[in-house]
Amino acid sequence: MNLLLLLIVPLLTALAVLLSANGRQVKWLSFIGSLAQLALAFILLYTFEEERATGNTAQMLFEQRYPLFQSLNISLHFGVDGISVVMILLTAFVSIAGVLVSWNIEKMTKEFYFLLLLLGLGAYGFFISLDLFILFFFLEISVIPKYLLIGIWGTGRKEYSANKLALMLMGGSALILVGILGLYFVAGHSFDLTEIAKTTIPGNIQMIVFPLLFVGFGVFTALFPLHTWVPDGHSSAPTAGSMFLAGISMKLGGYGCLRVATYLLPEGAKEYANIIIALSAIAILYGAFATMMQKDLKYINAYSSVSHVGFSLLGIGMLTQTAITGALIQMVSHGLMTALFFAVIGMIYDRTHTRMVAEMGGLMKVMPFIATIFFIVGLCSLGLPGLSGFVAEMTVLVGSWQNNDVFHRVATIAAAMSIVVTAVYILRAIARTAMGPIKNAAFLQLKDAAWNEKLAAIILVAGILSIGIAPNWLNELLRPAAEIIMNRIAGK
Amino acid sequence: MPNATIIALIPLLPLAGFVLLGLFGRKVFRNSSGILATVLLLASTVLALYTAYEYFFVYGKVDSIYQKFIPLQLTWLEFYKGLSIDMGIYIDPISVMMLVVVTFVSLMVHIYSLGYMKGEERFPVYYSFLGLFTFSMLGLVLASNIFQIYIFWELVGVSSFLLIGYYYDKPSAVAACKKAFIVTRFADLGFLIGILILSFCSGTLDFQTLIQRLTVPGSSEFNTAVSYSFMGVSAITWGAALVFVGGAGKSAMFPLHIWLPDAMEGPTPVSALIHAATMVVAGVFLVTRLFPVFAITTPNTLVIVGWVGAVSAIFAAIIACTQTDIKRVLAYSTMSQIGYMMFALGVSKYGGEAGLGFTASLFHLFTHAMFKALLFLAAGAVIHYVHSNEMKDMGGLRKQLPITHITFLIACLAIAGVPPFAGFFSKEEILLAAYQNNIAIYYIALITSGLTAFYMFRLYFNIFWSKPYESHGESHHGEGGFVMMLPLVLLAIGAAAAGFIPFGEYVSSDGTPLKSNFHLQFSIAPVVLGLTGIFTAMWLYRSQNDRPAKIAASLNGFYKAAYHKFYIDEVYVFITKKILFNLIGKPAAWFDRNVVDGAVNLTGATTQAISVGIKKIQSGKVQQYAIYFLAGVIVLAALFIYVWK
Amino acid sequence: MMEPGLYHILFISAALFFIGVYGFLTRRNLITMLMSIELILNSVNLNFIAFNKYLWPGKMDGLFFVVFIIAIAAAEAAVAIAIIINLYRSHHSIDVVNDEDLKY
Repeated sequence: MNLLLLLIVPLLTALAVLLSANGRQVKWLSFIGSLAQLALAFILLYTFEEERATGNTAQMLFEQRYPLFQSLNISLHFGVDGISVVMILLTAFVSIAGVLVSWNIEKMTKEFYFLLLLLGLGAYGFFISLDLFILFFFLEISVIPKYLLIGIWGTGRKEYSANKLALMLMGGSALILVGILGLYFVAGHSFDLTEIAKTTIPGNIQMIVFPLLFVGFGVFTALFPLHTWVPDGHSSAPTAGSMFLAGISMKLGGYGCLRVATYLLPEGAKEYANIIIALSAIAILYGAFATMMQKDLKYINAYSSVSHVGFSLLGIGMLTQTAITGALIQMVSHGLMTALFFAVIGMIYDRTHTRMVAEMGGLMKVMPFIATIFFIVGLCSLGLPGLSGFVAEMTVLVGSWQNNDVFHRVATIAAAMSIVVTAVYILRAIARTAMGPIKNAAFLQLKDAAWNEKLAAIILVAGILSIGIAPNWLNELLRPAAEIIMNRIAGK
Repeated sequence: MPNATIIALIPLLPLAGFVLLGLFGRKVFRNSSGILATVLLLASTVLALYTAYEYFFVYGKVDSIYQKFIPLQLTWLEFYKGLSIDMGIYIDPISVMMLVVVTFVSLMVHIYSLGYMKGEERFPVYYSFLGLFTFSMLGLVLASNIFQIYIFWELVGVSSFLLIGYYYDKPSAVAACKKAFIVTRFADLGFLIGILILSFCSGTLDFQTLIQRLTVPGSSEFNTAVSYSFMGVSAITWGAALVFVGGAGKSAMFPLHIWLPDAMEGPTPVSALIHAATMVVAGVFLVTRLFPVFAITTPNTLVIVGWVGAVSAIFAAIIACTQTDIKRVLAYSTMSQIGYMMFALGVSKYGGEAGLGFTASLFHLFTHAMFKALLFLAAGAVIHYVHSNEMKDMGGLRKQLPITHITFLIACLAIAGVPPFAGFFSKEEILLAAYQNNIAIYYIALITSGLTAFYMFRLYFNIFWSKPYESHGESHHGEGGFVMMLPLVLLAIGAAAAGFIPFGEYVSSDGTPLKSNFHLQFSIAPVVLGLTGIFTAMWLYRSQNDRPAKIAASLNGFYKAAYHKFYIDEVYVFITKKILFNLIGKPAAWFDRNVVDGAVNLTGATTQAISVGIKKIQSGKVQQYAIYFLAGVIVLAALFIYVWK
Repeated sequence: MMEPGLYHILFISAALFFIGVYGFLTRRNLITMLMSIELILNSVNLNFIAFNKYLWPGKMDGLFFVVFIIAIAAAEAAVAIAIIINLYRSHHSIDVVNDEDLKY
């Protein structure tokens, strides 16, 4: 499959949206565009599996390379492995759901959808890029629309949140840029990921460059203690913005941590692994405990994201093949789950005009569909088997347990303890919003989900279930890629 | 050989019910949902009985030992070569016995609910949850892989959560379902870590391989498991003990029992199915599954199992004597009886005659499922009639509810251990096993059996005798139709006759048939104690009098403590509210908002403060700029001339 | 009579330069400041011519520079006066103290 299609389709959709006449046209164009993206993602998955089935074991498939600045050795180099394919699927799922839940945006509809599509474009580009310069370029593309989405369509302290988010992410980008330049000069003036992977980078350089890259990408994926843009950003962002932010953008960081930092700099990864583990174990528990005290649904999900994303960083830090696979599954799972969670919160907010847990109650009675989805996503978040969260967390935990020493064991047990705390806060949230008596008589008039919201929820639930019920397809897709990363770390 | 398709259908049919009713229940199966679910489960029950027959009488026994079969095993998630979660079917006497128990009790509950839940708004939802539960429970008992058990373990937990919270607009039900889920989740954490330890020691998650590797002394896995130690305790002991913590949580063992009495907020048939007959015995089932590891490799853990069981048994029995909500009495009784099963395992050894406790435990599990389900369903019929759970609203109901009365009496006699009812035989074996291995536990068990007889008949007399029934003016329907009475009668037959099954012939720790040895002189003590309990209850509660109040008053402090369930709930509330929320949660949230986020805001504020200082340089005064410029030129010139040459 | 040497000319040009700088820094009238700038520029011109004559007598480079500077100074004066006129229109003053709007 030609990977450029993944860039052309969103780009054309975005341009078409800019040229379209009215809001209705904008929505349908975006919907069709994101449907096309979803189709493309599935085609990619299919052709990828086909290609692998024929025995093509190259690390990257469908590679393409077009020189861009020859003097600096920058080229448009694209290619995918199992990880990218999965991430592209995730992006497509979240994109279409995001487009659907924004159906009722009245203010500057055209610009809103344009920015959403641009965000998606950035993510696709990021996931298929094999040239660090281009990768960085797409990473930046995905930051700016977020700033505007929050700043213009947000709620609450939106300017503050938008600034905070953009500045913190830009700070991360700066570190990444320095790290990438460091790699460029060490690895013989090349930005090419596959080229750099072939060179041996001296240990002392790795010690310097690894933290730059890991912390830089870590900011994107809410590495403790650089996570505070998450609660504010999410709580101010419009529904689709939150979905993209948590569902896709945070995954850019995780992907970068793994693909760029850990893969290219294995010695650095080994050196700093314990710090990563400690930070992520803290983030997991601390995020969970902080969530327990939140009163606003969006804050609840934002803090729980910090906790859940901790699992993927923990998996990366554990440096075993199973744990890394688990980390990747967690990224996908968390992406789908949290997007759905924000979608549901948005639906509830649209109706009740509040996000405060204390003001709700008994929503099961008035909006059974939304409440049911809320149940499902809550159960996924607390790691119920049959839903994706369980698979991811268990894979990470089993992988972590393979490290046979007290430090790793303690970190693993600490991470495992979060499943109890998660159960506490999720059930509290569910019990107070969906169950119990109805506190506000005005709620009795509320309507259940409309078709677009139902479709969005069903798409995401389908994703969650497909991982939760039969996880092995995902596992088999990710494991070979994780193995290549592990082989480099093990020095093979 | 077992037929994989047939066995796989047993759990899949209820799953189909769940999916169908969950998706289309509201629209398509609005009125037929109960029938649909019941028919599916009936098919499942028939298949289970067929499987049991085939297994026990046709192919199961080879060389007079019951074999273990794995007719189906699919890889669900492969961590790496050799370590994977498989979805499989594991057929051995225990799982086949459990299949029968689960499907049978579930079928009874399905039928019963047709009458009991009639007219409920969320009738299809109720049946879909029942289907989910039955599927999960069957998946649990068929599991061939320890992780598979964990998966279904969680699923039965969530079905229990959903069903307890069925009346979701009732705050007490919401609190109860939350509590049940969280407490068992806490225990499951232990289970999970236990699994991780066991899988790491043995390098597998598969039951057969795991047991094989960990029970043969001298194998490399065995040696690492025993030699690797943490805090002076070997890895395998940690693993087994933590797995037991999971089992203790699900089986409501002291001190993780607090969720069970509250779980009675769910509909009564649900209590009968989940919180009496099937899910709560999952802990017992789990220990039996790993029994060789417990008994051979780490006998110390088995001692813990025994004592936890014994303490729970007597602890719950004492509390049960003081409760006034009839469902709560039954809940504590369940806890006490599961305690019996647990300590029976605890006093057992692996193989041959020494494995008597093992057989007795599962035998008791089997008979208990019959009579406890019956007790709950009968109690449900009473509640259905009276519209109250409280004993004081009842009394003298034997005329109004004749069938319920008789069946309830049979169940009470069975649980009290009066011959020839089912409970007598299983209890007898448990006591014998305890007598042979741990005399202290034996005496505890003996006292408990007296208490059991007492509180059960306290319940019985309070409901059906005591005072003449006074109607509270509600329009009364009858006892409940055929659909509610049929399960009662069927279960009563089971409760009366199940004891005559030569259970040891079929289920034993190592598969070799165990002759049931019945000692007349041994059973005198428990039976006499049981009868004493019954007659005491009769003396106190047969008709209204002030004796119970006087006795309660004379026991003042102790009675109050027992009435308040020995304040365990308060301890938990203290731990969660004060410690978890106030000492960890709040500081964490505060720390995040103020310290971590504060650091971010401080960076912003510092930058701003610096720029406020710097911006003064740009004053708009042209001549000032010129001076800066000139000064710069002079400095540079000086540098070029004197420093850099 | 002694022919004036390089140093004399440099002295004059330096004096002119500092007079210009002094004027620029102390005068408050924009026109006067502009005139001070012209002084500075002319001091530079003088330097160019002097160095051209005494160091590279046969070349013309210095002279070209001077011509350029004169041209640019003229253009600059035109622009500056235009700005000053506009300032006068809006502020009714050509006092530099009153024209401090271009700041933070």
